[in-house]
Amino acid sequence: MTGEIIGTYAIAFLLLIGSFFVAVGVIGLLKFNDPMIRLHAPTKVGTMGIGALLLASMIHSFVLSEGSFHETLIMGFLFLTAPISAHFIAKVNIHLRSCDTPPSPPGDGEWATLNVSDDDTLSEQPDPR
Amino acid sequence: MTAATELMDIALKIAFATLALGQLLSMVRLLIGPSPGDRILALDTMVVNALGLVILLGVYQGVQIYFEVSLLIAMLGFVSTVALARFLLRGDIIE
Repeated sequence: MTGEIIGTYAIAFLLLIGSFFVAVGVIGLLKFNDPMIRLHAPTKVGTMGIGALLLASMIHSFVLSEGSFHETLIMGFLFLTAPISAHFIAKVNIHLRSCDTPPSPPGDGEWATLNVSDDDTLSEQPDPR
Repeated sequence: MTAATELMDIALKIAFATLALGQLLSMVRLLIGPSPGDRILALDTMVVNALGLVILLGVYQGVQIYFEVSLLIAMLGFVSTVALARFLLRGDIIE
């Protein structure tokens, strides 16, 4: 009985934490004024916000019935894919030059996404065979 | 109804309201842009918010069946974000 009450309080606390981080991330997405800075805020929605909501759901299933660890699968998937999609969006920003182009990487060479090889440009092909 | 379940009900209502507001605000960012990267980011945030809403619905109704739904939404959201970004980067999704 007392474990049930503690679990219910934990659910309420985690729900509030999760909704706080969702609000922070979305307000950041709306208020920041540079595409690369805007990229920073919504990652909190994916990891902290949804992570806390999933933890609340997991504790809820333990309070309600025998419980399950299914939600860790979603959590692992989100934690794994959030950096990949953020990386792709940063690459889009660099590629379309919608942000200041970051300083060149050390050594000789350009950023890979800006370095378009000649085979990919359709306009001028010197020697079509 | 004990104090704990009452607090959980209030927290659930707050969470529902916050996620719905989050959907609306990221829709504003989706509309005003300005760069395509921002639009992709706003769509990704909306997918993650929808995932949170489905999880909250599962907690609210006290059932387990929404687990598969949220897993599918997470996978579709990731794949669509990568596909959109890749289309902008390469002009093609699968080369």
